[in-house]
Amino acid sequence: MGNILPHRLAGVLPPERWLTRPVELAAYESDALTAFRTRPVAVAVPETTDEVIALVRACHEARIPFVARGSGTSLSGGSLPVSDGIVITLNRLNRILRIDPAQRIAVVEPGVINTQVSVAAAAHGLYYAPDPSSQTICTIGGNVAFNSGGAHCLKTGMTANHVLGLKVVLATGEVVSWGGDSRERVGPDWCGLFTGNEGLFGIALEITLQLLPKAEAVHTVLAGYRSLEAAGNAVAAVIGSGLLPAAMEIMDALALEAARAAVHADYPPGCEAVLIVELEGPRETVAVERARLDQILASSSAVGIRPARDAVERLAIWKGRKSAFSAVGRLSPDYIVQDGVVPRQRLGEALRRIDMMGREAGIRVANVFHAGDGNLHPLILFDGRQPGALERAEVLAGRILRMCLEMGGSITGEHGIGVEKSAFLPEMFGTDEIEVMRRIRAAFDPLEISNPGKMFPDGTAPSLQHRGPHPLERAGLLSRE
Amino acid sequence: MSAVVQPGSLGALTEAVRSVPRLHPTGAGTKPRLVATDATRLDLTGLSGILEYDPGEFTFTALAGTPVREVVAALAEKGQYLPFDPVQVEVGSTIGGLIASGISGPGRLRYGGVRDFILGVRMVDGSGRLLRFGGKVVKNAAGFDVPKFLVGSLGRFGVIAEATFKVFPRPEARRTLRLSVPSLSAALEVADVLGRSRFDPEAIDLLPDDGGLLVRLAGPEAALEALAADLLQRHPGERLPEAMASGHWHRLSEFTWRSAGDALCKIPCHRAGVVPLDRALRETGARVHWSAGFNVAFVSLPSPARDGGALEHLSGRLTEWGLTALTLDGQAPLLWGARPERRIERAVKHALDPDDRFPGLST
Repeated sequence: MGNILPHRLAGVLPPERWLTRPVELAAYESDALTAFRTRPVAVAVPETTDEVIALVRACHEARIPFVARGSGTSLSGGSLPVSDGIVITLNRLNRILRIDPAQRIAVVEPGVINTQVSVAAAAHGLYYAPDPSSQTICTIGGNVAFNSGGAHCLKTGMTANHVLGLKVVLATGEVVSWGGDSRERVGPDWCGLFTGNEGLFGIALEITLQLLPKAEAVHTVLAGYRSLEAAGNAVAAVIGSGLLPAAMEIMDALALEAARAAVHADYPPGCEAVLIVELEGPRETVAVERARLDQILASSSAVGIRPARDAVERLAIWKGRKSAFSAVGRLSPDYIVQDGVVPRQRLGEALRRIDMMGREAGIRVANVFHAGDGNLHPLILFDGRQPGALERAEVLAGRILRMCLEMGGSITGEHGIGVEKSAFLPEMFGTDEIEVMRRIRAAFDPLEISNPGKMFPDGTAPSLQHRGPHPLERAGLLSRE
Repeated sequence: MSAVVQPGSLGALTEAVRSVPRLHPTGAGTKPRLVATDATRLDLTGLSGILEYDPGEFTFTALAGTPVREVVAALAEKGQYLPFDPVQVEVGSTIGGLIASGISGPGRLRYGGVRDFILGVRMVDGSGRLLRFGGKVVKNAAGFDVPKFLVGSLGRFGVIAEATFKVFPRPEARRTLRLSVPSLSAALEVADVLGRSRFDPEAIDLLPDDGGLLVRLAGPEAALEALAADLLQRHPGERLPEAMASGHWHRLSEFTWRSAGDALCKIPCHRAGVVPLDRALRETGARVHWSAGFNVAFVSLPSPARDGGALEHLSGRLTEWGLTALTLDGQAPLLWGARPERRIERAVKHALDPDDRFPGLST
């Protein structure tokens, strides 16, 4: 170890918990944004929070960049390694430390898988609300770093709305705690600031999550439409009715084709778009609201309406929806997932323009989106083996993001900026805002060693602008295979 | 009385921040202790008005000095609301004050508080720059969440000039039940059960002076009667007539239950801390309103409790339990109890307010 990493850093973990051979490092070269790959110097596999703290302190001392990583499901390249730094993988910090059913909270380590929180809470009639599509593998640490969303944000919000307390090691090696077991707090909202920091402030070690009571009744209905526009009109009608559905999702024809191929999802014949609406609450409430929803859908131009009759059918509806991203892999060797947001009422216009831009570029685009939030997920299909195909796909992705901004929306609803959209940060925020965000980042991480190269454009990290041997290599402190 | 400047435009606001060395942003002054410093008062009530409100988007944008009352009325007209029961609406609290104080009312139990509904801000930092953070759409993960950070920031980190909030459709109807609870611990047990029950209550609040446990249900009228009946079968109590119910909620969210001359404090708490805190507070003669399912105590603190060593003693107990109090009105320290001094707080303050134009959290 000592010949690859500074002695102090290497000594934090026993040699068997450092991965340094190329074959071991290969798995960590990228996350779910596979278009970007970087090989780190080494991967550290800590098992305790004390080890994480010691790693961060040693990195700070030696000015070595680090990238914290959970399951590597980021769609924005949020855990892309840096070539002159280490990856700290947190999967072994996967203990649920405490569940307090009376206070309705769970205190967890960062490597706990999202769904495991709900599994552990189920015995108390509670669950953890944020449900990203990758929830069966993604970790709470990653959810906190990127303020992950999911299909049910319309009613229950994003990760930030569920983080009550944090114990964090800042990039400086300081350990701080914010918030706690209470749903209320006084003073500035540090947990709110930390959630969604994209790993630029430090690493969350313990996270206190609020749990919600499981709804007594859930009603899920799937409606097929001949056009995206017709499905969009149905969304507007539901919103206008005063209902507050837990989720409203739309899939377009290409996404339906993919879901049919991948998980044998069954959709009404002849439909070009599918709308999923979910209501939840006490059974009496859901009964009344369901009648209202039935009426709205019946007077929409649906070609088929399929209410889930039981939990099995409900799960089947969601399986088709949540598998859509990976299912698209069957239609195309490569794809980029976009995450822009537009004002909800301009969804129809946005989709028409995406369709037009896709046709102009000769690129197929599948659409799966959180219609209730105006959060689009265009999947831009390309074949990476064809020269220039990735670049053309990225040009189209850029045009879509600019359209979202032009409409008064956002470049990311829930995936974060990461490396993928850092070039677009200056299109959403002005020079002054970015300067202030850099100052805030510097307050937490003056050396810019924590997850460098994410969020800010042009590589705020010296490492990314750097070419040739790392200063530590030149000093003989670091070498590579 | 300190000097006052009252900008009438965003340009005048940035100009004021650039030209006055020590400033403290204020709204309607409904929480006087938050602004009891000797800095020049930057009165934001001249920057008032709803700038955008589109019911179909579930969002509105308003200038910081806009009375919350105006917003609540505009939303009600379209069948929408801010679900966290904004406080001191009647006495004129402003949107900026709502954010800076970070105080939410009883309804925060179900869908969250101020922090959970704020989407974006325009703010002026200590260098007098007008900055925009967050967004205007209901979902956004771009950049650091400065809007959330400003919730509870007490005007110490920058001036909120304008804000965008998410709103929800207002439930068709409400029912308030008053449950008979013989003791605090009995009330806690009922709250525990209800918190994990099928009823999905909007609010669970314990009235001051042993006035009973209020539980508020919301939803379609056709469902509420059955829900209320079922709840009352399990927990003895009564349905309150609408006028009486709204009277209670009004008294709580306007803080009119507070004794004249008492200080008013907010103390966030958790299940395990409720009994000891309640006892410690009552020993000083304080009156307590437990709100949001026992997640927060609003405390009417009489002057003997603040005299001599009494407050110091109470503050020591809070520190021991890891609890922090915020004084909204009356003579007591701004923040007391557990109050770890941190480098990071100063560093972030310096990032937003490098010249210390705004007061710090210790004044």
